[in-house]
Amino acid sequence: MLLSLEAATVRFGGRPVLDAVDLGVAEHEIVCVLGPSGSGKSTLLRAVAGLQHLDSGRILLDGRDQAGVPAHRRGVGLMFQDHQLFPQRDVGKNVAFGLRMQGASRGEQAERVRELLDLVGLPGAVGRAVAALSGGEQQRVALARALAPSPRLLMLDEPLGQLDRSLRERLVVELRELFGRLGTTVLAVTHDQGEAFALADRVVVMRDGRIAQSGTPLEVWQRPADAFVARFLGFENVVEATVGDGVAVTPWGKVPVPEDAPRGTRTLLVRPAGVRLVPADEGLRCTVTARIFRGTHVAVRLQPEDAPRLEAACGLRAAPEVGDEVGVEFDAADIAVLG
Amino acid sequence: MAVPVAFFAVFFAYPVAAIVARGLKADGTWHLGRIGDVLAQSDVRQVLWFTTWQAFVSTALTLLIALPGAYVFARFAFPGKQVLRAMVTVPFVLPTVVVGTAFMALVGRGGLLDELWGVRLDTTVWAILLAHVFFNYAVVVRTVGGLWSQLDPRQEEAARMLGASRFAAWRTVTLPALAPAVAAAALMVFLFTFTSFGVVQILGGPTFSTLEVEIYRQTSEIFDLSTAAVLTMIQFVAVGAILALHAWTVRRRETALRLVDASVTARRPRGAGQWALLAAVVATVAVLLLLPLAVLAERSFSGAGLGYYRALTREDGGVFLVPPIEAVGNSLQYAVAATAIAVLIGSLASVALTRRDAGRLVRGFDALLMLPLGVSAVTVGFGFLIALDEPPLDLRASWILVPLAQALVGVPFVVRTMLPVLRAVDARLREAAAVLGASPWRAWREVDLPMVRRALLIAAGFAFAVSLGEFGATVFIARPDNPTLPVAVARLLGRPGDLNYGQAMALSTILMIVCAVALLFLERLRTDRTGEF
Repeated sequence: MLLSLEAATVRFGGRPVLDAVDLGVAEHEIVCVLGPSGSGKSTLLRAVAGLQHLDSGRILLDGRDQAGVPAHRRGVGLMFQDHQLFPQRDVGKNVAFGLRMQGASRGEQAERVRELLDLVGLPGAVGRAVAALSGGEQQRVALARALAPSPRLLMLDEPLGQLDRSLRERLVVELRELFGRLGTTVLAVTHDQGEAFALADRVVVMRDGRIAQSGTPLEVWQRPADAFVARFLGFENVVEATVGDGVAVTPWGKVPVPEDAPRGTRTLLVRPAGVRLVPADEGLRCTVTARIFRGTHVAVRLQPEDAPRLEAACGLRAAPEVGDEVGVEFDAADIAVLG
Repeated sequence: MAVPVAFFAVFFAYPVAAIVARGLKADGTWHLGRIGDVLAQSDVRQVLWFTTWQAFVSTALTLLIALPGAYVFARFAFPGKQVLRAMVTVPFVLPTVVVGTAFMALVGRGGLLDELWGVRLDTTVWAILLAHVFFNYAVVVRTVGGLWSQLDPRQEEAARMLGASRFAAWRTVTLPALAPAVAAAALMVFLFTFTSFGVVQILGGPTFSTLEVEIYRQTSEIFDLSTAAVLTMIQFVAVGAILALHAWTVRRRETALRLVDASVTARRPRGAGQWALLAAVVATVAVLLLLPLAVLAERSFSGAGLGYYRALTREDGGVFLVPPIEAVGNSLQYAVAATAIAVLIGSLASVALTRRDAGRLVRGFDALLMLPLGVSAVTVGFGFLIALDEPPLDLRASWILVPLAQALVGVPFVVRTMLPVLRAVDARLREAAAVLGASPWRAWREVDLPMVRRALLIAAGFAFAVSLGEFGATVFIARPDNPTLPVAVARLLGRPGDLNYGQAMALSTILMIVCAVALLFLERLRTDRTGEF
């Protein structure tokens, strides 16, 4: 493991912000920490960077305990949330900063700055003032600056947070390609699941300073660890259920579940695709309360008579109107029993 | 941190302790009962009362007159702004004696107003109050205006968009951001007026006397050292209380402000109201600040053209061992040395104070740094004289004594100028530098220094000018063959005769010009730096 956290704990005024976090990042791995604001993501990065003292636990880089090693000797890079470019320096001097701290010669600096600006798609921006850059350009400069000293671990704090959507979607792909090509080890934090799933080899979901789940994007998406993770990922159809043999008893009635599902009182997730709309006199009777256009499909909000609300995904043309009465049936393939 | 502490221990605490011991200790025993005795005297209480209320009124008056000025200098761009800004600062760095004399020439007997309309204010408290405003106008304009010009106007615009009126936006957004600077400025003005010496000495006559004047009178006229020591302690306690209060309020309101380049926030005045405001401020500056200086300069030429100036180069004046003009060279040398010391000590202290992990003790030092401002310069000078003239520290014959005393007075200015800017530097920029491999010292040099360079230059300018004009302490320790400008002026003023009076005016005018040139030079540096960003 390039980076290991062992029971890392940080308290602010007695309240744990990082609560006994264990986490490992292997060489060349891209790990994305996902969580709502206030879940301790940024504190995690600051602790690894050496900007935040641990109250207990250990942080190891290449197997060496980093306690007492100041930030500037850890050899990790951090891209700040709002970039924190040095306002009084131009683009080239910002990128060259870390190289200058390493004592690189002017020639080496110029060479590497040019190389990195090409890499992030800003060739010829060397002499520009940072104040004159757009948000996307600033983000690229910040990335180049963080990459310049070739840190053994690159950390990104909400790397694309302030950019507009289309730019974000393009950049996240570029970043993934770039890191793959360079073999960079990356630890990123974000509150945006789309960003995390697109960027990461492994996603770590945090809640209240603890790790709620860790796994590949596919694992996390298909089997959220618990109701919190499922809801955080945007799933609405999450209920308590009593799981029996191939069937579960829920407020929505009896629902089929996969054969290998664990038995007992469990949390049940019904993905919107698993909610099938049928004529009103068949299945669970619901009223359509809202239709949300999602581009590839329409999300339909359904209110059964005596049960929690349901969300269903419908084809663009098949979606019912608000106020329509419909019936609902469930598909075992899109139902997951959590925990 | 250790260096500033040691500096203050040796050159401030030790002399003050020496003077207190000299005052309260007789025959090897302490006589603390003296404090009660002195406080019981009705004339002492009268002095205390006058000192306090005139300081309050002076501060209020200064804020009232100078805050519009701060706004105009911060937000308006107009031709001649740089020159006007420098001119506004000149009075502040003039020796108190000269200011007193300039106001005497304006509102006193035989003064300009007397000649024109028969108006005399020198027997009223108004002369003192006006002189105090004259003096401290720059404090408010510089401290408040400096920050104001760097506040992002978009913050106010955001408030306007949320439905706040122009005034409500100012009151809820700008005012809170400015509050620490206003508090700092008001505190400075209050301190300066509370400990006012030269101005009150000259304009107060026998009627009005501040603590400082009383201390001086007790020390040098009545030679009642123990009463002087008790008065010093009263002043010490009062000043300490004010400073503690100030440190508390500043700390409570400390926030990282979003600062922008000053050059982008200023624009040309628009509409009749704004032009009228600008005109009013310029008129105030002209009447209140420039007129006394003009009268001073006019009087220096009133002899026989350059007669008074020629007299300065002659050795036969008898007042000094050297031609008075040599005081210019002495003053400049002392001021350069004092500035170097003050900037070094002040920067070290400022950096230590802005460190995030600065403990309670260190932050308490913030207030302590201001003490030399509050304790009378006379005390500092006299303390130097009696404390540093014998082993273990015998500096009496050394030239460094004068710059040391002046640096002591200059350090608080350096700290006051640098702290707000240093505190406003986003800590995460330092962190960004640290993550890129910069050691804490390197991060400071690479991140903070470029941002505070301007503040540092301004601080140096202030320290230089203050050293140049410092009088109260220097008068005790400058050697007769090496007088500084203010000391020379005071000695000339103390002698009868038109020639001496004229020479004093001429020398004051030279001092005024030296200060003005130094400040104009600084203003140039300022704009060059701004252009770089």
